[in-house]
Amino acid sequence: MERPENELIAAVLQGDAASFEPLIVKYSPRVFATARRYARRESEIEDIVQEVWLKAFNKLHTFRGEAPFEHWLMRMTVRTCYDFLRGHQRNRESFFSEISEPEEDWLEKFVGDPGNAAEDADAAKLLIDRVLEKLSPEARLVIQLLEIEDRSVKEIAKLTGWSVPLVKVRAFRARREMRKILGRMTQDKYL
Amino acid sequence: MNVAELQKKLIAAGRRQPADDRVPYAFEKRILAQLRAQAADQWVFWARGMWRAAASCVAVAGLLGVITLFQPQTPDNSRDLSQDFENALLASADLPDTSSVP
Repeated sequence: MERPENELIAAVLQGDAASFEPLIVKYSPRVFATARRYARRESEIEDIVQEVWLKAFNKLHTFRGEAPFEHWLMRMTVRTCYDFLRGHQRNRESFFSEISEPEEDWLEKFVGDPGNAAEDADAAKLLIDRVLEKLSPEARLVIQLLEIEDRSVKEIAKLTGWSVPLVKVRAFRARREMRKILGRMTQDKYL
Repeated sequence: MNVAELQKKLIAAGRRQPADDRVPYAFEKRILAQLRAQAADQWVFWARGMWRAAASCVAVAGLLGVITLFQPQTPDNSRDLSQDFENALLASADLPDTSSVP
């Protein structure tokens, strides 16, 4: 029979590290899915998830049980991903010369007829990943959470630890930054 | 090109990407091993600290022993610290009582 979460947490806090295993098994898919949105290489993703779990174990005494464990863990995951983004700001200064042929074709299609360029095309997915990689860590986090995961400003404030007005300001700046990148990309390609 | 429209399209493409929640085989075992290693590391940290403290204590004790051993011995026993201390403490008692002398 599955032991309840609060019982497992209490056991871990009393020194039974093995009771942490069911929590890792249960929540690792969510943590991995989140980490994969911010890192590309599998080794980096595993490092992020490992760091999340080690942090969760070491800071478990700060979990007060007022909100579900999952919320507390996801806050930790998002903040670890943000730290990762800040520490790995590589490739941001590169240009779009490395755009692949399918991506270029998709853009051509979009220029010809915006309605005709399919959103579910693999090329469009590659392009959005490429654009997200070019954003600053703050902008990337906000665009990911607000626009792609469709979370509310309040939710983002809770996840990131930023205030609601700060999330709004960063969202405004992130959209502007994204438009700038897209403008530069299209300028590189079509001018 | 309409950049705002392109932004909307790409965000919509991002939304359509399914979440990839694959977990590597036996990942939880790896984390637990890390946690155990971390706990062991803490003991190693303390043990190393204690050994260092013990080693420095032994070094200080050895140094003091060597200093004591090679200190020249004074043949005069009156220079003994305990004797000096006793003399100083009892100096007032040793003074002759002059108040009763007429």
